[in-house]
Amino acid sequence: MTASWAAFLVVMRRDLTVAYRRRSEAVLPVLFFVLVVTLLPLGIGPEPRLLATLAPGAIWVAALLATLLSLDGIFKPDFEDGTLEQLMLAAQPLALLVSAKVTAHWLITGLPLTISAPILALLMGLPADALDTLLLCLLLGTPVLSLIGAIGVALTVGLRRGGMLVSLLVLPLYVPVLIFGAGAVDAAAMGSPVAAQVSILAALLALAATLAPLAAAGALRVSLS
Amino acid sequence: MWQWFHRLGSPPAFYRLSETLLPWLWAVFALALGYGLYGGLVLAPTDYQQGDSFRIIYVHVPAAWMSLFVYVLMAVCGAIALVWRMKMAEVVLIAAAPIGAAYTLIALVTGSLWGKPMWGTWWVWDARLTSELILLFLYLGIIGLHGAIEDRAVAGRAVAVLALVGVVNVPIIHYSVEWWSTLHQGATVTKFDKPSIHIDMLIPLLAMALAFKLYFFSVLLVRVRAELLTRESGSRWVKSMLGSA
Repeated sequence: MTASWAAFLVVMRRDLTVAYRRRSEAVLPVLFFVLVVTLLPLGIGPEPRLLATLAPGAIWVAALLATLLSLDGIFKPDFEDGTLEQLMLAAQPLALLVSAKVTAHWLITGLPLTISAPILALLMGLPADALDTLLLCLLLGTPVLSLIGAIGVALTVGLRRGGMLVSLLVLPLYVPVLIFGAGAVDAAAMGSPVAAQVSILAALLALAATLAPLAAAGALRVSLS
Repeated sequence: MWQWFHRLGSPPAFYRLSETLLPWLWAVFALALGYGLYGGLVLAPTDYQQGDSFRIIYVHVPAAWMSLFVYVLMAVCGAIALVWRMKMAEVVLIAAAPIGAAYTLIALVTGSLWGKPMWGTWWVWDARLTSELILLFLYLGIIGLHGAIEDRAVAGRAVAVLALVGVVNVPIIHYSVEWWSTLHQGATVTKFDKPSIHIDMLIPLLAMALAFKLYFFSVLLVRVRAELLTRESGSRWVKSMLGSA
């Protein structure tokens, strides 16, 4: 048990270190997130009420896309330099190591997205009452995005041009997170209770955290066979 | 007891069995389709609200049922392929995907055609339409992944994993979309206590459902046979069979 935990920490720390050494690459998803949300008012017009209605959906869709673009980083570099094969040979279960990599990925992308979201919410004119709900939902929802995305990239890691394919595989599976995440923020903006949506998001996180690493590990075994 | 199951897993045995099954499948399909179309388009009474335009139900509803059935069947095949390493299950899975996608597309298009006179618009963001659209994307993902991987053995197992992941998500997606919005009429057939569809309308509908299912299995067998011949083109049974023919 402790050996597994130690392996989990080692893999996670390694991924975090790699990301830290390439800081300029690590901030790209957040920049993308900010850019997409900034472009939206430019396309739609600066009308505050319209923007406030669009804000929850716009922020969530932008978060989805930013996560999607960053997914390649979970397995692709390790696949190319052979680290992934070493991980598969490790004594610890592959699913555990996969969840370590996914955790690191979330810390690198999901968490910064969540932290930068309030600024975007202000830009979009989202009511201040909805701000804590937005943070809570992103905190619960973005790990699910990383977990489900890991399955998609695990399936396509051996392909030369898997990028577009990953979006086809993964985006339909993101629908529940989008619906409940944006729905909760919408409800909070209108002053309605949000416990139901937040609970469902938490349930989705529990489900994804337990099942997705297993599926991703199975997919990696297929891809690298 | 499991012997028949293992025999199905052998390509030559499957090929021979499908050869004897196919004519029967096509024949019963033609009968069910003929009765279903005649019953649905001619015999069934006109709907008191929707007039004759309700008759598209005889294509729309069976196609929608099949779109879900095929996906579940693919997931079952995926589980068999991963657990028992049965190559036949992979072949069936990938042969079923385009047929399922076609049924899903038919359900979407006929639903849209039906929606125009009934709701006054081609498309509404209603729960069932939306989840059917997402189901189509799931099908396309499976087809796309299979097409992208060159090694057939790897492609088969990757698609099996994806089908299993998808089938876990289909109910979640369905209920989340349901929660999100609903404008669609409630279920009319599965209310067992008192079906709200008239019996004269229901029987042709069931005949059409049977026809759609038989058509699926017939086309599936044809596709599986073609795939088997290409996959096993080097093996002895294919050579001896083609040589003797």
